[in-house]
Amino acid sequence: MQMRSEALAILCPMHLLLDAQGYILQAGPTIAKVCQPEALVGKRFLDVFDLTRPRAIACFGDLQAAGAQKLHLKLRAAPHTALKGVLVHPSGDDSVIMINLSFGISIIDAVRDFELTNADFAATDLAIEMLYLVEAKTAAMSASYLLNMRLQGARIAAEEQAYTDTLTGLKNRRGLEVILSRLLKQNASFAVMQIDLDYFKAVNDTLGHAAGDFVLQTVAQNMVAETREQDVVARVGGDEFTVVLSEVNSEGVLRKIGQRIIERVEKPIDYQGHECRISASIGTVWIQPGEMPEISDILSDADVALYASKNAGRAMQTLYSPDLRKSSNLVGPQTERRQ
Amino acid sequence: MHGLVNRSFQLFVSDTFGREVWERSTQVAGISFVDFEGMLTYKETYTPRLIEGVSTILDRPAAEVLEDFGTFIVSHPKFEAVRRLLRFGGVDFVDFLHSLDDLDDRVRLALKNLNLPNAALHAAGENQFLLLCENTINGYCHVMIGVLRAMADDYGALVLLEHRGTQEDKEVVFITVVESNFAEGRHFSLGGGAYADAI
Repeated sequence: MQMRSEALAILCPMHLLLDAQGYILQAGPTIAKVCQPEALVGKRFLDVFDLTRPRAIACFGDLQAAGAQKLHLKLRAAPHTALKGVLVHPSGDDSVIMINLSFGISIIDAVRDFELTNADFAATDLAIEMLYLVEAKTAAMSASYLLNMRLQGARIAAEEQAYTDTLTGLKNRRGLEVILSRLLKQNASFAVMQIDLDYFKAVNDTLGHAAGDFVLQTVAQNMVAETREQDVVARVGGDEFTVVLSEVNSEGVLRKIGQRIIERVEKPIDYQGHECRISASIGTVWIQPGEMPEISDILSDADVALYASKNAGRAMQTLYSPDLRKSSNLVGPQTERRQ
Repeated sequence: MHGLVNRSFQLFVSDTFGREVWERSTQVAGISFVDFEGMLTYKETYTPRLIEGVSTILDRPAAEVLEDFGTFIVSHPKFEAVRRLLRFGGVDFVDFLHSLDDLDDRVRLALKNLNLPNAALHAAGENQFLLLCENTINGYCHVMIGVLRAMADDYGALVLLEHRGTQEDKEVVFITVVESNFAEGRHFSLGGGAYADAI
């Protein structure tokens, strides 16, 4: 059966007819457009196309002898577009070879590189549907992605709120526990300061809750100011604060920071013309590297040290040692640090 | 209803008439929130209530509002993806009209949960067509008229569109293509995908 070249161009716009020596006799309109400005007819097939599979083909004779088969090719000229092909012997002998080409997965780049239009594809080709789907799915995916980003942002904001004390903006008890368990997991050396405001109740009782809230907010700001950037300040109760100091390398540093906090807290706070005077007592636990206490142990030890400070007359700081627990009248079991 | 419909409608109303009109419309519709997400699903009853709300606030017939909405989603730069996806349907306007038969299936390929009513094109004489839209979504046909008007413009075709009421559960649009190549039309290339970031 002979087929007119016009009909072949409509059915297979990327076909090539080759003679027995491998020269191109006829080229479909789309493959001709792709190879522009090179004119395909008269060229040797293997000079224009680089055969990547089957790999065993060394010359055109090999290809001819191998019979009908699938081909993987590349344009030798830029942009070196990858092509798929199928080779047949339409007349049953070696006199003419027909190769039909398609873009395969390189279709997305090819339509852009060669400015292809609907008219460049056979009416039965699914290329347009594929392009449509790629675009539709990309648009849908990017909308989904944006939604996920928004939800993620909302989640982070909600978590941040849940770990934050709304009055002072400091971490709350939950936030503190997250930080402590992270430090313990890292096997880090750090210190925990339990700080109790002295005489705060008097402010609340005489000047009211608004004054109390103002004092707490001021104290919170001051504590953040007096600690280092890597330290965390949390408000864990009405007038109780906890400071977590990471990377502490001497007792001296701890005492210095504690002293600074006490001095700062003792500075009178002006609330609507009224002078509010408070102070602070501090109990500190220093976790040495290698120690692996529970969070509850740390907080309990810090409380023991804090009560020692309170008993010693307030505005004091005490560093925890096991001896303190023996002399304190706190009821509670001796904690055992696991090594 | 797929959130994309409500979200697009929200963008249309707030972009065209202002955010305040949209907020008041959601109140009139009795919906307790204002912003819709494109990739979530909402109650079916929301969409007709929103349309009615906007129609009440603007004191304009719902059909007119929906037609403008159809034009908006094709012609607004934020919705370039919609225009492009529709342009994949055909090389010229008549070709595009024939692709409407597959529109609901095509849309479902892209978004599994977005079920648009089926539309079928019938020839009604030389350059004249009837588009029969299933009326499973109230007012869909008016949105289609707006879409067709904007797409004709996009292809550079001169067309007349006329809503001919309902026949056997199908809404009828009468289309006359006066001239296919009336104007230049807007450029479209298969590989020129600039994806929408709005929806």
